[in-house]
Amino acid sequence: MTTRILHLCLSLALTTSSVLLLAQPPDSTPPDESSDEQGVQLVIGDQIGAQPRLAVPPCLALSDDAETHEAAQTFAEVLWDDLNFEREFLMVARDTYDSIPAARSVTDLPLQPWRELGADGVVSCAVERTREDQIRVTAMLFSIQSPEQQPFGAEYMGALRGLRTYAHQYSDEVHRAQRGLKGVARSKIAFISDRDSESMSGLVENRATKEVYFADYDGANVRRVTISRTLNNNPAWSPDGRSIAYTAWRPYMDVFVSHIYQGRLESPAGGSLDVQNWLPAWSPDGSQLAFTSSRDGNSELYIIDADGQNVRRLTNNPGIDTSPTWSPQGHQLAFVSDRSGSLQVYVIGVDGTGLRRMTFESHCDRPTWSPAPYNEIAYSSQTGPGHDIKIIDLATNEVRQLTFGLGTNESPSYAPNGRHVAFSSTRGSGNKQIWVIGRDGRGLRRVTGTGNNEMPSWSP
Amino acid sequence: MHSRRTTGTVRLLGVALTGLLAIACVRNPPPPVEPEAPEPPPTADRSTARTPPPALPPPRPSPPAIEEEDPFASRSLEDLNRESPLEPAFFDYDSSEISASGRSVLEKNAEVLKRYQTWVITIEGHCDERGTPEYNLGLGERRAMVAREYLVELGLDLGRIRTVSYGKEFPFDPANNEQAYSRNRRAHFVITER
Repeated sequence: MTTRILHLCLSLALTTSSVLLLAQPPDSTPPDESSDEQGVQLVIGDQIGAQPRLAVPPCLALSDDAETHEAAQTFAEVLWDDLNFEREFLMVARDTYDSIPAARSVTDLPLQPWRELGADGVVSCAVERTREDQIRVTAMLFSIQSPEQQPFGAEYMGALRGLRTYAHQYSDEVHRAQRGLKGVARSKIAFISDRDSESMSGLVENRATKEVYFADYDGANVRRVTISRTLNNNPAWSPDGRSIAYTAWRPYMDVFVSHIYQGRLESPAGGSLDVQNWLPAWSPDGSQLAFTSSRDGNSELYIIDADGQNVRRLTNNPGIDTSPTWSPQGHQLAFVSDRSGSLQVYVIGVDGTGLRRMTFESHCDRPTWSPAPYNEIAYSSQTGPGHDIKIIDLATNEVRQLTFGLGTNESPSYAPNGRHVAFSSTRGSGNKQIWVIGRDGRGLRRVTGTGNNEMPSWSP
Repeated sequence: MHSRRTTGTVRLLGVALTGLLAIACVRNPPPPVEPEAPEPPPTADRSTARTPPPALPPPRPSPPAIEEEDPFASRSLEDLNRESPLEPAFFDYDSSEISASGRSVLEKNAEVLKRYQTWVITIEGHCDERGTPEYNLGLGERRAMVAREYLVELGLDLGRIRTVSYGKEFPFDPANNEQAYSRNRRAHFVITER
């Protein structure tokens, strides 16, 4: 996170903030003044609506050491995966690339062979070691059909260990400039895991701990958040991405907030043996937390200010009310309740009015309200012995199903652009792993693979 | 009932037996749902309890001679919980109602706790593998609370009884079958202070 990323933004980039990363090759002439005011020269793909086909061959290694060569390979692979993830581009398969002569320099690449492979655009990139542990990465997206167009370029200088982040950032910038899309390649997924195989301290033996971790959206770069030797669950990223709220047993259930970049820990809900709190959910502006508490005798929903002030009770029912999630505007919350006899999703105004039942299924849990512009709630629904991920459209009340009975599929969490859902699943190995699927039910991929991992929360 | 048992269960079983003899409680026949409830020893009274257990096959050497007033005095909290005289109460699927068998377990636990007035306990609410982890935290909470309420009804001081829910995080038996599920839906008693 502290990696310094330096963009060398040349000429045009300075004219408008929306094209920060447009760069030009060193020998090119200044841009044509008549070019469109937005400064977006390069748009790959010639047909409206058709997905452009992109290739990302390995970068040139401009330094001779093994690490630079590896970095040149890795950057291209990570970028390929990132560009593939949103399914806005058709990515030309990597196993065809070795038939094509390498570029002589980052701006001097053979175009005709790429045209023969059907590519509309090629990312040419180079990695150079500038100092011990410091690299410079240059990436340029060239149009194959119109090579005379100025490429879409960026340059990153920083620590070698930031390599994947540079690829993620370039991917996000390509998605924004080429497709008008907010990419999620720099987002993170928090989750709980037993991967470190530690045992809980306490009076009962042989209980494995679960600690909070987060990883890049693609599962790389796992970092551990809690070192508690106890149980933790339900991590929830704050809307500014700088804190993670979660439930921890210390030894009773309470809501904790880790300010991960400050190393500071708070327990705003003021838990004690008689005031137990769990399943925190941030309001969209980060100023409040909703959570479940048994402080009045059974599981009800409460809202507090993030600093712990101003506790308000939101629900009042002898049934279990739990698993809150906020609407994007913060005016409503969805939650689950078993007040009807089975666990179902309800929506309620933040002032406690306007309660309405949304689902009529066997057992539903962990509703997650989508970010705008989508207006839907993902949840897990019991469909057999296990659960599957479903989504209810709030405009039509239509329900669609994303997973279909492989293992049990639980705890959905939306990507910040609303186009993907992370969830936990026992499919395959039987271990719980974090998986990601498109909100259209396509593009399934596994994110974690070590130990058991569950309860994902996708960062902003 | 006779298939696979966890080590913890086996230990619990052995200790339940020795513990029972030592404190000379009169037991009712165990409810069928209790996996670790052994056939109770022939009704023991105080005089038999003073002699070492004759026919029982204890899994470990017989405990040293101890004061009748507190057979647990010499044990650490860890040992006490490993060989706890307090038994878990089991629940039906997705239910927090105390069954008849659960009631008798809680009544027996209450007797033990009345005898050991200094003990502070934590009732852990647990759930089976089915159901979502989020909801099960609430269900486990409700099970622990219900068990506590009944103990208070039986005359125990509320201040001695703490509760916590572990949802489905710590199954007694990790298997995926009805027998395991029925053993995992429980209020588990931990002696927190003595």
